[in-house]
Amino acid sequence: MTETPILEIRGLSKAFGPVKALSDVQFSLRRGEIHALCGENGAGKSTLMNMIAGVLQPDRGEILIDGTAVSIPSPAAAQRLGIALVHQEIALCQDATVAENIYMAAINARRAPLMNFNKLHADAQKVMDLLAPIPVRTKVADLSISNQQLVEIAKALTLDCKVLMLDEPTAALTEGEAQRLFGIVRGLRDRGISVVYISHRMAEIFSLCNRITVFRDGHYVATDPIAESSPDDVVRKMVGREITQLYPDKLAPLEPGRLLLSVEGLSDGDRFADVNLQLRAGEILGIGGLIGAGRSEIAQTICGLRPATSGTVALDGTVLRIRNYSDAVKAGLVYLSEDRKGSGVFLDMPIAANVSALDLGKLTGSLGLLDRKAEDRQATDLTKRLGVRMAGIDARVSTLSGGNQQKVAIARQLSIDPKVIIMDEPTRGIDVGAKVEIHRLLRQLAAKGVGIVVISSELPELIGLCDRVMVVREGRIAGELGADELGEEAIIMLASGVQNSSNQEKQAQNVA
Amino acid sequence: MHAEIKAPDGSGRINFARLASMREAGLIVIILALCIAMSFASPHFLTWGNFRAMLMSFSIEGIVVVGMTILLIVGGIDLSVGSVVCFSMVVSGALFLAGLDPWTASLIGIGVSALIGAAMGFFVTIVGLNHFITSLAAMVIVRGLCLVITKGTPLSLFTLPPAFKAIGQGSFHGLPYVIIIFVVVVAIFDFLLRRATAFRKVFYTGSNEKAAQFSGIKTKQVKFWVTVLCSTLAGLAGVIYMARFGAATPTFGAGMELNIIAAAVIGGASLNGGSGTIFGAILGMALLSVVTSSLILLDVSVYWQDMIKGCILLAAVSIDHFLHRKKS
Repeated sequence: MTETPILEIRGLSKAFGPVKALSDVQFSLRRGEIHALCGENGAGKSTLMNMIAGVLQPDRGEILIDGTAVSIPSPAAAQRLGIALVHQEIALCQDATVAENIYMAAINARRAPLMNFNKLHADAQKVMDLLAPIPVRTKVADLSISNQQLVEIAKALTLDCKVLMLDEPTAALTEGEAQRLFGIVRGLRDRGISVVYISHRMAEIFSLCNRITVFRDGHYVATDPIAESSPDDVVRKMVGREITQLYPDKLAPLEPGRLLLSVEGLSDGDRFADVNLQLRAGEILGIGGLIGAGRSEIAQTICGLRPATSGTVALDGTVLRIRNYSDAVKAGLVYLSEDRKGSGVFLDMPIAANVSALDLGKLTGSLGLLDRKAEDRQATDLTKRLGVRMAGIDARVSTLSGGNQQKVAIARQLSIDPKVIIMDEPTRGIDVGAKVEIHRLLRQLAAKGVGIVVISSELPELIGLCDRVMVVREGRIAGELGADELGEEAIIMLASGVQNSSNQEKQAQNVA
Repeated sequence: MHAEIKAPDGSGRINFARLASMREAGLIVIILALCIAMSFASPHFLTWGNFRAMLMSFSIEGIVVVGMTILLIVGGIDLSVGSVVCFSMVVSGALFLAGLDPWTASLIGIGVSALIGAAMGFFVTIVGLNHFITSLAAMVIVRGLCLVITKGTPLSLFTLPPAFKAIGQGSFHGLPYVIIIFVVVVAIFDFLLRRATAFRKVFYTGSNEKAAQFSGIKTKQVKFWVTVLCSTLAGLAGVIYMARFGAATPTFGAGMELNIIAAAVIGGASLNGGSGTIFGAILGMALLSVVTSSLILLDVSVYWQDMIKGCILLAAVSIDHFLHRKKS
């Protein structure tokens, strides 16, 4: 093994402000191998890929291609070095044809003044046919998501690349399509292309890859030949962190109160099917699963923010007729969006107005005029209760820190005295102090009988905060873990669909 | 750790007004400075006659500015207001000539203007087109309708009864009715925009439509009704113009929309939605009017006037952009 690696990373670090995304990591890709890169959400995989592809610049460390240290100041520079990255999100021009998309990057590298469309189509078809017989004159918008993914890969191939990086290429594919993709990736390897393969799905990593590298919290953990590793081993390396954060005390066993929320057979005919869920007063129910598994969609459908095709939602024993979100709000069922800036708060509006948005009726007098004093009182009370640090309730929400913005969003949910709050990633992107405060608050609310559902991608949060965790995989409930079964490995196994003996038993119990 | 919570006694309670007050104060200073400078430059400037002329010149457009500002706050825009002003005028005028009494004719004129707003609201909220394109199409279609109804020639309405003409030409103790109507409309909507629950939803929708939906606000309804309101106010303006001029010209109001949007934007309304005040928009209108009046009194060629107004708009928007960038 003295051969020079095609791509080598030495001591690479990257920080975004105070957040260290990568600390002194290493990575080595051999010629003609498929190398899996694993880690939880936020472990730094995508940051590394983006630095190799010239999208981000490292703070420290070296990138070596064929043993020579290089700097990659831009994606165009990465192209010239023969590095291609297929992003997790599809980034194609929807209104252009497949051929135009495939050659977008290549055209950029060539700089001819005019387009030769006949040659373009012929060349594009040649590349496309390596993967799948998709006619290249088709508009990308008319293709299925999986075919669009293949176009993305074809685009990378036109660059004559030596290193191909695939970031969760199967996230949008069906099983059959994924199998075809694996055949293609193996074919590329046999033609001498080295592949970096990012995925959460253990099964495909173990059937496809030669070696595996694990990252955790921005640190390099280990690289092993796949033959000497096992899914259990990888999962352990991915999560093996000490939980040092302080979580509030959990519910004592046998304590759960009456049935508060009951969802049966909920489907939306698209992203998820046949979801059953029970929430008891006083407990915090966690929902785990990979990003894109359908967790947010399920929560939004329960609250009437997306249409359901079948199923019932009952609150306090009464089946609700929810036609839109206001119906759910009136019944006392609220949803806190995961996208705080995009759909959680009104950034350029005052804190008081943010708090009152959910139920203006309560603050409206008989003439249809807003009772400003009542609005102020409500905002003052709730922000005090939640400990929002601010200049005053007239300050714009954009002047607050992320954690305090989130508290304002929560204050809005609390303004209607909800029976059940479904919180989507309630502590994403906020500092540890605010996180602990929010966790305490949720536990206090639960103790007062408010039903709390927390969707989270952070395993420590699910385990530390929740009494019970349901795991969603590909739009279905993959299993449920009670307080005594909660563990990072158990959740990851359910989320990624790894089947080992002990886990299968557990799942069987849970399904039963 | 510097938690500082204001007493809820309402002291310093200006909320939305406070957010825009900087802009409004700045505009007032600029307008006053211009007026003082002009009073030295021209003896005619600081006369009640000139002042009245300036007020008259923007009072009727000011009614349209009110609707436009609210529409801009919700994140929309309406390029058709000039055409709708004319349409309301032409329809009312034609109905009057056909024998209807002018009051009923005017109500119908305002009513059909509202219907045009409803049609645009339909295309924006149900079909899902954007405000710009929808209202651009409406601008051309409605202008075409004006020409069809009048067969391209102005309607002469000198037979309008004096009681009706008084709306546009008369005055109450020396104060023209036009200005009174304008002040009343501005006062009502300025108050509603600050205080009414229904109009608060306009701010939520314009500030972050997704977040508004996630707060249970029916944002499509909000956008629909604001679109209707904007056209209705344009219709009201059209009727007042008819009373003022005693005629209905099918080409009237062409290009008016740009002046109106400019005024609202100078007054602090954001094309991205979520912010703006009626008071500010009226100040924007006043600034444009003072500038126009000054240029005329200073004998500046009419050809330069548009250019200077354009530069003022550009400066106002640049300042707004700069302030916005600094905040975020």
